Amino acid sequence: MSTLSSPFVTPSAGTNRMMLNVLIALIPGTLAYIWYFGVGLIVNLVFAIGFALLFEALILWLRKRPLKPYLSDYSAVVAGWLFALCIPMHSPWWLIAVGMAFAMIAGKHLYGGLGFNPFNPAMVGYVVVLISFPQQMTTWFLPITVSGEAMNLVEAFSYSLGFSDLQQWDALTMATPLDQYKTNLGLNMMVSEIRQSPVFGDFGGVGWEWIANWWFLGGLYLLYTKTIRWHIPVSMLGAVLLFALIFYVMDPDSIASPGFHLFSGGVMLGAFFIATDPVSASTTNKGRLVYGCMIGTLVYIIRSWGGYPDGVAFAVLLANMCVPLIDYYTQPRVYGVEPPEDHHH
Amino acid sequence: MSTNPVIYQFHGGMQLEHHKQLSLGQPLQQASLADEIIIPLNQHIGEANQALVKVGDEVSAGQILAETSELVSAPVHAPCTGRITAIEPRPIAHPSGQQADCFILQPTAGLATIESWDNPPLADSSKQELLEIIRAAGIVGLGGAVFPTAAKLETADNYPIETLIINGAECEPYITCDDILMQTRPALVIRGIQYLQRILQPQRTLIGIEDNKPTAIKAMREALSEAALEHTEVVSIPSLYPSGSEKQLIKILTGQEVHSGQLAFEIGALSQNTGTCAAIAQAVDQNQALTSRIVTVTGPGVNNPGNWLTPLGTPFSHLIELAGGYKVAQPKLIMGGPMMGLELNDDRIPVVKATNCILVLDQADQPQAQPCVRCGRCTEVCPAKLLPQQLYWYSRARQFETMEKYHLFDCIECGCCSAVCPSHIPLVQYYRYAKSEIWEQQRKTYKSDRSRKRHEFREARLERQKQRDEERRRLKREALAKKKAAQQQTGDKPDKPKEQTVDAVQAALLRVKARKQQQDAERKNISNLTPEQQRQIDEADARRQKMKQEDS
Repeated sequence: MSTLSSPFVTPSAGTNRMMLNVLIALIPGTLAYIWYFGVGLIVNLVFAIGFALLFEALILWLRKRPLKPYLSDYSAVVAGWLFALCIPMHSPWWLIAVGMAFAMIAGKHLYGGLGFNPFNPAMVGYVVVLISFPQQMTTWFLPITVSGEAMNLVEAFSYSLGFSDLQQWDALTMATPLDQYKTNLGLNMMVSEIRQSPVFGDFGGVGWEWIANWWFLGGLYLLYTKTIRWHIPVSMLGAVLLFALIFYVMDPDSIASPGFHLFSGGVMLGAFFIATDPVSASTTNKGRLVYGCMIGTLVYIIRSWGGYPDGVAFAVLLANMCVPLIDYYTQPRVYGVEPPEDHHH
Repeated sequence: MSTNPVIYQFHGGMQLEHHKQLSLGQPLQQASLADEIIIPLNQHIGEANQALVKVGDEVSAGQILAETSELVSAPVHAPCTGRITAIEPRPIAHPSGQQADCFILQPTAGLATIESWDNPPLADSSKQELLEIIRAAGIVGLGGAVFPTAAKLETADNYPIETLIINGAECEPYITCDDILMQTRPALVIRGIQYLQRILQPQRTLIGIEDNKPTAIKAMREALSEAALEHTEVVSIPSLYPSGSEKQLIKILTGQEVHSGQLAFEIGALSQNTGTCAAIAQAVDQNQALTSRIVTVTGPGVNNPGNWLTPLGTPFSHLIELAGGYKVAQPKLIMGGPMMGLELNDDRIPVVKATNCILVLDQADQPQAQPCVRCGRCTEVCPAKLLPQQLYWYSRARQFETMEKYHLFDCIECGCCSAVCPSHIPLVQYYRYAKSEIWEQQRKTYKSDRSRKRHEFREARLERQKQRDEERRRLKREALAKKKAAQQQTGDKPDKPKEQTVDAVQAALLRVKARKQQQDAERKNISNLTPEQQRQIDEADARRQKMKQEDS
């Protein structure tokens, strides 16, 4: 197809390039994840990406849309990959299938497909399985450095497919550092006591804190390639840091440190890879600051006073809902149009 | 080298590959005359011109071919001596691909060569005289807007002009016609500026040139210091598209923004293109009408890109031949630059006052548009600080009113948003479409308002008529009643005999019939004829008679 009117310039890199950049940026953190927790993550990734593509293809076929351009835009791959990183390792295949079905069908295509979904599809799928399957979603495996052993790839596949028993691996599971914090603080334990547990590292959990560093590095790559802009990660991390700092200063004995909050759970991944999903995020610069700030604040509120140990998914979905309003009230001043207060002189 | 004054930034913009060297490889050349010169009657924005010459007329170089007395207009002139062989619709550079009336001029003599570019002494014409010269020379804004320059200057006269801005930015890639003009004839541009200064009396004059044209900047600075103009400066500005857009250049040079929906005069700024300045100088000093302009012929699709001083009316094909012909099998022909130019599908289209560049690209396939992912890159580059992505959204939903609220009409159609879009959505096309839909809507509203008013007026008129008739009948009835009463008093019988009434009617009818017959007998429209008309009628009658005889 030829352009009908100007400009006639070499086309810019496409959306698939943006998505590819996201995938590239996810690689270091993903490798670190495998390093600390084992090859089981690969099983998660294979199932999640596989189901994402499958459901995307299925619904594209039902909607009589061409498969190739949409499947090759990598958006389903990104959604599957992010979902695989959010759920516990060694999740059963059917849980991943349910999550991806909700992500791709309800979260994305029922709204009209890529570009039309008000919610982050991966987070829709994640929240559905989080609420539906609490037992599976709280079965977390220990880092290799703590447990000393991990499944190999074959064991991981057969475990995911339900061929091997949970009993065999039961000793390796444990609550996440964030979960331990929440439970133990509920038992009136001191921060210093809680941190005695072997799952804690310097800032966050063992392994988790280093994976978070790699997400951060990937995020810098995304900023460098201009795949994302700084506004959302900076305001989101800033909000988490600010609240964590305020409450930590007030009561360092029973409140987790700001460092712990930044380097635990989904905050770092969320700040650079999830909240920055352009389709469901605010589009104006001012709006992005508000949006990121809102997510950061909600994360801290849910972690501290909510019913779940982490709150990135909920925070992102709640902020997604506010995007039209945020966008409306943060329109930039157009060239030659005076700001409203000047209209009255 | 003089120092650069403070400059300001506009929002967004794009750093584009310039491709300027492509057409600067050879010096400015005079284009030869084509065998057929095609001159559209209208080459400006504004009122339509009327043809002053007929088919078959011999015209001389510089003769006015069409004009109108309206203010917002510019006459067109013959670029050479020749004969008008036709006045007919021909394809012109218009987005719709429509044809327009053109003079077809067959040259009978070569181009008059301009003897010398040396500066004659500065003409001492008054402001009014200068305006009249500019008007009569058919000068329009040569940057591409083709608004009649005299009309612009006269309108600006109602405002105090603080800053005269000379636009030498030439920010579109590939185009070098202003660049080469400033490099080779800076003195001509400066003289044009001097005449503009005499008309406008600005407090200062700023000549904005993008810093990717160091030779032009140097030449202009030298010519400026030679002319010793006060309060006039050449300002080197960063090469950032679209710095040459009027509103953006004003922001860069003055820090001020032209208010939305207003003209630049209202903040005391007026801008003129460098090419326009040169045309003014030529008109004033050498009595030259605007019958030629510099055209850049460039792009990867021609063999020898360059700049040609081209007589207006020269077909594109002739210039492309001068540039060594097409280099590619499927050339994509564009008038203007790649960002805002117009794609043409016919190379027999003539060069007009608006033709700054003929760009020949290779017909490359554009990628299919994909869904918008709201990445916001369009917002980052938009020099009008609009939200292109939101405008696109509303345009798809045909929510044109909302688009107006999102300042659709502040869009300058620079093309940055489309160029950066990773989904390859032709955004500007959507805005052009929305604008035309809104204009169409406004036209319809205006029309329906007018017909509604007409209808109401007609209803009121009929009502008045009815009342008047009613009143007349009432008066008549009263008169009759009075008469009757009077008759009764005198003792006459109330009823006249019936036969008598019938007779009266009969008589009236007969009278009418007789009159009609009489009228038919004598032909109504032949009284008061001039002898000439009488003669023609007689001839026609004779012919008719003859034909009748032949038939029988």
